[in-house]
Amino acid sequence: MQSFGWLRPRSVEEAAEALGNLEDPKLISGGMTLIPTLKQDLAAPSDLIDLGAVPGLAGISVEGDRLVIGAMTRHADVAASPIVREKILALAVLAGGIGDPAVRRRGTIGGSVANADPAADYPAGVLGLDAEVVTNERVIPADDFFVDLFETALGATEIVTAVRFRIPDQAHYIKFPHPVSGYAVVGLMVARLGNKVRVSVTGAGSHAFRVNEMEAALEASFKPEAVAGIIVDPDELMGDMHCSAGYRSHVLGVLAKRAVAAIASPRP
Amino acid sequence: MKVSLTVNGAAVERDVEPNTLLAEFLRENLRLTGTHVGCDTTQCGCCIVHVDGHAVKSCTVFVAQLGGADIVTIEGLAGPDGQLHPVQAAFQEFHGLQCGFCTPGMVMMGADIVKRHPCADEKTVRHELEGNLCRCTGYQGIVEAIMHASGTKVETH
Repeated sequence: MQSFGWLRPRSVEEAAEALGNLEDPKLISGGMTLIPTLKQDLAAPSDLIDLGAVPGLAGISVEGDRLVIGAMTRHADVAASPIVREKILALAVLAGGIGDPAVRRRGTIGGSVANADPAADYPAGVLGLDAEVVTNERVIPADDFFVDLFETALGATEIVTAVRFRIPDQAHYIKFPHPVSGYAVVGLMVARLGNKVRVSVTGAGSHAFRVNEMEAALEASFKPEAVAGIIVDPDELMGDMHCSAGYRSHVLGVLAKRAVAAIASPRP
Repeated sequence: MKVSLTVNGAAVERDVEPNTLLAEFLRENLRLTGTHVGCDTTQCGCCIVHVDGHAVKSCTVFVAQLGGADIVTIEGLAGPDGQLHPVQAAFQEFHGLQCGFCTPGMVMMGADIVKRHPCADEKTVRHELEGNLCRCTGYQGIVEAIMHASGTKVETH
C-alpha cells in the first residue's frame, strides 16, 4: 500500500478546509470500501482525512415526515435501531444485509452514499425513499445525487453530513446478492409515498436509477401483475464476468414482482 | 504518527505509519500473532478482534482510526487466571475446530454473537457467521459451540 498523510479534524469545517488545501485528499469514514481499494493500489491519495473524531455526525432521529440518519452512523446501528425498524423497516433490512456483521460494525451510510458503488445497497434506499443528501454546503435531492459509476453530485469540498429519508406508507427492499461478496447483483426497492410509487434499482446499472414505467404502472394498479410485462432494456444495464446485462434485466423484473407482492399481500 | 490504545487491558503507545492496518500492528508491532490474516480482503474473518466491544475485521481498519479505542484479541479473551471464555470452552467441548487457522476469528465473532443473541438458534448463528470462512468445512462444530455458549441446549453428536 502506498503511503499517505493522515488528518483527524475535529469539525466538518476543518475537514472541508483540508479537502480544499491538500493535493489529492480523500475522506475516510468506516473505510470498508476505501481500505480494500488502497490495498489494491486502485487509489493513491496524498492524504486521508479521518471523519472519526468529528462530533455530531452519527445518530438517528425523526424530523417531521423524515427519518434523519447522520453520515457516520454505522450499518449495524441502522439495522438494529428501534426508530428505523418502526418507521422504515425496509431500510433496517437493507442496512442489515450489507456485507457481514463485522463489516456492518464499521461501514457508514455517508461513506456508502458518497462512494456510490454501483452495487451498493444504500443508493437504492436513497432513491426509493425520495431522500435528501445533506452536505456541509447544501441539500441535494436523491434524484440529482447519483450521476455515474462512482460519481455523485458532490463538489470537491463537499462532505455528506446526513441523509434524510421520507417515511413511506409502505416500502420493501429485496436483493439478489452475489454469493461471494454480498454486493447486489440486483437490489430493488419499491416504496409507496401517498399516491406516488417509487421503484429504485442498484447493482444493475452504472449507478442507482428509477424505473419510471414500473412506477406509473403501480400507481395505476398496485399489483405484481402490473409490472409483469415491463422489461428494462439490457442495453442500459451492466454485464460482467458474473452475469450478463440480459440476466440482470430478468432478475430485476422478478425482484420487482416479489417486492410488490411483499407489500400488497404481506405474509402474516 | 503516535497512536494510543488499550490492548487486552494494557495501555499501548506506538509510532506508526498512517497506512498501518490493525492486524499488522497487532502481529508485527505487538507480536500478538493469535490474530490471523487469511484473505486480507475483508472476507474470511480470521482477523476478527473486538474494538470497543464489537467484532471488526482488523485487516480492514487503520490503527490511526482507533485513537483511544479498547482492543481485545484472542490472547486477551480468557480471564487473567486462565479461565476460558465460555465460547472458547464451548469450542473445546464441541470440537469447533480442525486445522485451527480460522479459529481465533471464529471465537472472537462467536463472543460477539452470544452477547447480541442470547439463546441463539442455528439459523441465527449461521447467518451471523456470514463473514467467517472455515476451509476445513468444520462449521457444524463451530455453530454448535456458539449456540451452546449462547445458552441454547445442543445435542452432542
